Amino acid sequence: MSTGTISKPLDTPTESLGTAIRGPRALTDDWSRFWHLTYNIALSEFKLKFFGSALGYLWQVMKPLLLFAVLYVFFVVIGHVGKGGKPGEVNYGVQLLGSIVLFTFFTEATSGAVRSVVDRENLVRKIQFPRLVIPLAVTLLAFFNLMLNLLVVLVFALIAGIRPMLSWLELPLILAMLIVFSTGMAMLLSALFVRFRDIQPIWEVLSQILFYASPVIIPVEVVRRDLLHKPFLYHLYTLNPLVAIFQQFRHAMVNHATLSAGQALGSWAALLEPIGVVVGILVLGFWVFNSAAPHIAEDL
Amino acid sequence: MTVDPQSGASGALPALAARGVDKTFRIPEERSHTLKERALHPFKRIRHEQLHALKDISFAVEPGEFFGIVGRNGSGKSTLLKCLAGIYRADQGEIWCNGRMSTFIELGVGFNPDLAAYDNVALNGIMLGLSPREAKSRYQRVIEFAELEEFQDLKLKNYSSGMHVRLAFSVAIQVDADILLIDEVLAVGDAGFQQKCFDVFNRMRDEGRTIVFVTHDMSAVNRFCHRAMLLERGEMVAIGDPTQVADKYLEVSFGRDIGYTDPGEEIPQVGDGAARVIDVWLGENPGERRAVAPQSVPTTLKARVTFNAAVRDPMVTLAINNEQHQSVIVGSTGGEHENSGIFRAGEEAVFAFSFHNMLAPGRYEPTFTVTNRGSGLSVIDRYEGRFSFVVTGSVVSGGMVEVPVQTEIISLGQSALGQKATA
Repeated sequence: MSTGTISKPLDTPTESLGTAIRGPRALTDDWSRFWHLTYNIALSEFKLKFFGSALGYLWQVMKPLLLFAVLYVFFVVIGHVGKGGKPGEVNYGVQLLGSIVLFTFFTEATSGAVRSVVDRENLVRKIQFPRLVIPLAVTLLAFFNLMLNLLVVLVFALIAGIRPMLSWLELPLILAMLIVFSTGMAMLLSALFVRFRDIQPIWEVLSQILFYASPVIIPVEVVRRDLLHKPFLYHLYTLNPLVAIFQQFRHAMVNHATLSAGQALGSWAALLEPIGVVVGILVLGFWVFNSAAPHIAEDL
Repeated sequence: MTVDPQSGASGALPALAARGVDKTFRIPEERSHTLKERALHPFKRIRHEQLHALKDISFAVEPGEFFGIVGRNGSGKSTLLKCLAGIYRADQGEIWCNGRMSTFIELGVGFNPDLAAYDNVALNGIMLGLSPREAKSRYQRVIEFAELEEFQDLKLKNYSSGMHVRLAFSVAIQVDADILLIDEVLAVGDAGFQQKCFDVFNRMRDEGRTIVFVTHDMSAVNRFCHRAMLLERGEMVAIGDPTQVADKYLEVSFGRDIGYTDPGEEIPQVGDGAARVIDVWLGENPGERRAVAPQSVPTTLKARVTFNAAVRDPMVTLAINNEQHQSVIVGSTGGEHENSGIFRAGEEAVFAFSFHNMLAPGRYEPTFTVTNRGSGLSVIDRYEGRFSFVVTGSVVSGGMVEVPVQTEIISLGQSALGQKATA
């Protein structure tokens, strides 16, 4: 009885003995399992929220609505934002609510992703699966919520007297850009958090800044007017992809009199900049996550 | 071992093979867990402690084989399983598999306490590699096997731990992988359920699935495994016949405890000191010094005696005492070597005791007593309380010794009493 009694002598070093197992990765070759896992993890979380408490999903819808109510009272009723009587300010309330709902998706996807890999340690250390499933499931869960919240926006829009427009067809494109941006951030943050645990407070502050640096409360028109003589600052402002995304939402979904994303940025070609940022974040996020994936189980 | 090479889908290729697998964990001594620390001390080198968990492991598992990986805690067996499963990446070496592989490091991975059985079965099944449709269609079977029909609407957090484990195991066995990697999940549930688990393992083995099984339980290794491997400190110490590997495992795990009590301990001297037992050991030669005596093999205990004065026909008696201080085996040189002759001062002799080891597994302490023959038996020296050894084996009948017992049933037909009763 010794180490020599191996049933099959492994003597030819170049010979392959089947499918090579190379350890965990971000992605997989089995895409249907990848999708099933992502979908079912997101779905079970969604069910928990839906059936988890007495009022169930009402709370999920209440969150943006309450934020909306607070902001509306302070900025519109008291601060008179959006009440200047300009054509772009018609239905400012619906614009505000729409932007809040989109921003809620962004924070749910990104802030929710920060801890996701660490919190799912149990899975990461115990089964083999493509690691990217975890942050993607967070984004997907946020997407489920977004769909329900957008229904609420639709109801408000119809009550406000907005009638369906052809430009509503732009919605998938607007959402696609938002989702790609959020997914890129989610991958980046969840991978970084494994190594650096202060990513969480840092990201809380950053997303607060992003909230005010996006056309949620303050319309682009106002920012552009105030920063007229500081073109560098305004340029910096428009590099935030959320500016183009939210602004185009306001323009195409609520009120054509508001600036379109192209107008806000100066030209449609200028849109390539925020699109570049979105693609850049996606690539960076994937690269960081992908290089962390093989060792994530050990680094937790 | 009955391995049919044709049963594997891939013909002559092994179901699972590893060559030169090496894994080192780098454990940072002080973990810089924040960006702040990295920003404040950008050039500070983080010192790492190297933990060499696996050293150059090579082996192959044939299709249809039930293969055991045994080893003590920290021997690297779970790390090896995780490398095979693709949860850890091996630093060096290659691993191949042929066929669908499923891993059970823990039962019920991904179970959510706030969801009912149905959702958890679906989720867990998908994690183990089933499609959602397969997972849902097998739900009924899962619930029946787990015997949880009445409790299926409860949230999992209201399950007892036994119910939890039953549900998890029932999902796990629904997985139709060709290769199953199992980590210590056998020892779950109550006796009845455990038997069910064993039945399932037997069935899987008969179906020709390949099973790689990490365990501490040597009786399970003996019962199920075609072959086994022993890991010790990241190295493969033995591979082959499961009984031999199991014995080696027990030897390794008790071997650490060398069996000799701290010599600093004060042991009262008995006898007149004309002779002293200066050394005792288990094994043929003094260098062996084994601490473990495997069951059912010839075993030898020896004592070296030095004489300080001339002793005529000395006799050495060995008593092997169990933990309850009962003498289970007693042997003496008195009968066979009654006239052992005269030993002069300064002479030394080794007294050997050999027997077929029928002791039940446990710890034993041998006592050697040197006595004088002649006018009554006077004790010259007694060696006790300084050495013990462990008997290892998987036969545990409950008796103090494991003597082979022949049994027979002789039918005598109807007894007179029985006839009366049936009349």
